[in-house]
Amino acid sequence: MSGVTRQRVGRVFEALSGAAVALLLLALLAVLVDVLRDATALSWRFFLSAPGGSPAEGGIFPAIVGTAVLTLLMTVLVMPLGVAAAVYLQEYAPPRALPARLARAAVHHLAGVPSIVYGLFGLGFFVHAVGRALDGATGHQLKWGQPGLLWAAATLAVLTLPTVIVATEEALRSVPQELRAASLALGATRAQTLARVVLPAAGPGILTAAVLAVSRGAGEVAPVLLTGVASWLPDLPDSLSSQFMHLGFHAYVLATQSPDVDASRAALSGTVAALLVVTFLLNLLAIVLRGRLRRTAEGL
Amino acid sequence: MATICVADLAVKYGTKQALHGVSLEVHRHEVLALIGPSGCGKSTLLRALNRMNELLPGVRQSGAITLEGERIDSMDVVDLRRRVGMVFQRSNPFAKSIFENVAYGLRIAGLNDQTELDRRVEESLTQAALWDEVKDRLQDSALALSGGQQQRLCIARALAIRPEVVLMDEPASALDPIATAHIEDLIGALKRHVTIVIVTHNMQQAARVSDRTAFLYMGELVETGPTQVLFNTPVQPRTRDYVSGKFG
Repeated sequence: MSGVTRQRVGRVFEALSGAAVALLLLALLAVLVDVLRDATALSWRFFLSAPGGSPAEGGIFPAIVGTAVLTLLMTVLVMPLGVAAAVYLQEYAPPRALPARLARAAVHHLAGVPSIVYGLFGLGFFVHAVGRALDGATGHQLKWGQPGLLWAAATLAVLTLPTVIVATEEALRSVPQELRAASLALGATRAQTLARVVLPAAGPGILTAAVLAVSRGAGEVAPVLLTGVASWLPDLPDSLSSQFMHLGFHAYVLATQSPDVDASRAALSGTVAALLVVTFLLNLLAIVLRGRLRRTAEGL
Repeated sequence: MATICVADLAVKYGTKQALHGVSLEVHRHEVLALIGPSGCGKSTLLRALNRMNELLPGVRQSGAITLEGERIDSMDVVDLRRRVGMVFQRSNPFAKSIFENVAYGLRIAGLNDQTELDRRVEESLTQAALWDEVKDRLQDSALALSGGQQQRLCIARALAIRPEVVLMDEPASALDPIATAHIEDLIGALKRHVTIVIVTHNMQQAARVSDRTAFLYMGELVETGPTQVLFNTPVQPRTRDYVSGKFG
């Protein structure tokens, strides 16, 4: 390839990637404008009160709380499991051995499964199998054997597990081998090396995994549809077995189930705006934590 | 008696034979240099002495290595590595404070008494000729130190657990001449406390710092002897060609 051609190809690629970024920003802008155009609903009262008799009336406070609690619970469930699995795959399993290869294949295929399938799995496994067994064991008539907060969070945890595993593996891989060698050469065991050197160094990357999980999990509606969400529930969830409202599902209800679509348009915009803000705040929390960890990881 | 005795050591990585039947003794409180061209097996030999080769997949080893008369392959590997420390080619401080880097080996060995930690950290940093430069900023990140200081910190970290032997794998190859001179001076001072085995591709360095030198070539130990003798009147023609710079 001549120099001129190479330059031209380079410019084309630059233009294409620039156009991709512009498209992305435009899409984001379009969503924001669309949401904020009907922003008459954006009042503190709307965000902080319970829904009224029809979908277009009242506020969305239970849906905000439901989404936040659900996402936090999902994160608490998925992180230990995902990090443990990634540690096993990256630090302990022989790289080309059968268990590790099977686990990696499973992780990658699970990442491509549609989210409604996770919902069906959650209903069948968590609600019916685990939940009913739990009811039988604890002598409840019907407490765990029906859709609820815990099972919805567990379903979302399964959904986001591949993301967490892959991102955590990446974080562990980026810890230089020399640091492991230095620790082992000082008479540390593998477990000590992992706890004192590898995991602290990978900490910021592991929180990136949490950010990805939150982003994915907070916006998913299909899995919680079958495992715990309620369309109208003015009370806040008061136990792990409670049903709950969810911003994503509430947006769907407002958009499709309302008798008067025009009347509920303002509420719909407000709900979507709240969903974006909740997702953003949960991400921000993880990002602030990551910033702290990064300073620690630099030894300061 | 020799501190370390290597008898008929052979190491294979997969199908590649890295060492063939090497036998060698390391004497107490000497500096033994391992020299030879790239790929001659000198690092493999060094890493066999604290069983670091075991971390690589597909390594097979035969022969016997003893430390003070005890076979190292039947020792607990954690105990072995506490007695035989290591300094690597590239300085690899942990992303922790200067103090915590040096205290690391002590803490994992279960030492938590602050007075004793303070004492041992100061002792090790002094031995590594770094104390005066860092004593006022022990809580600063080790990553803020210069390359030469980082390598001396790694030496202090290895010394803190009071090993009997310190293995050094080209410890100055990534450093500038002044930092290299520091490390070389340090090696001379350290042999009062520990036995040192150093791998180097720099023959002048071997001549400056070591008491005895072993020349390896293509996985075989060609010749071992007092450094002056090996450099001035080598017995083997291959040693003569290498130290006179005909190949390497």
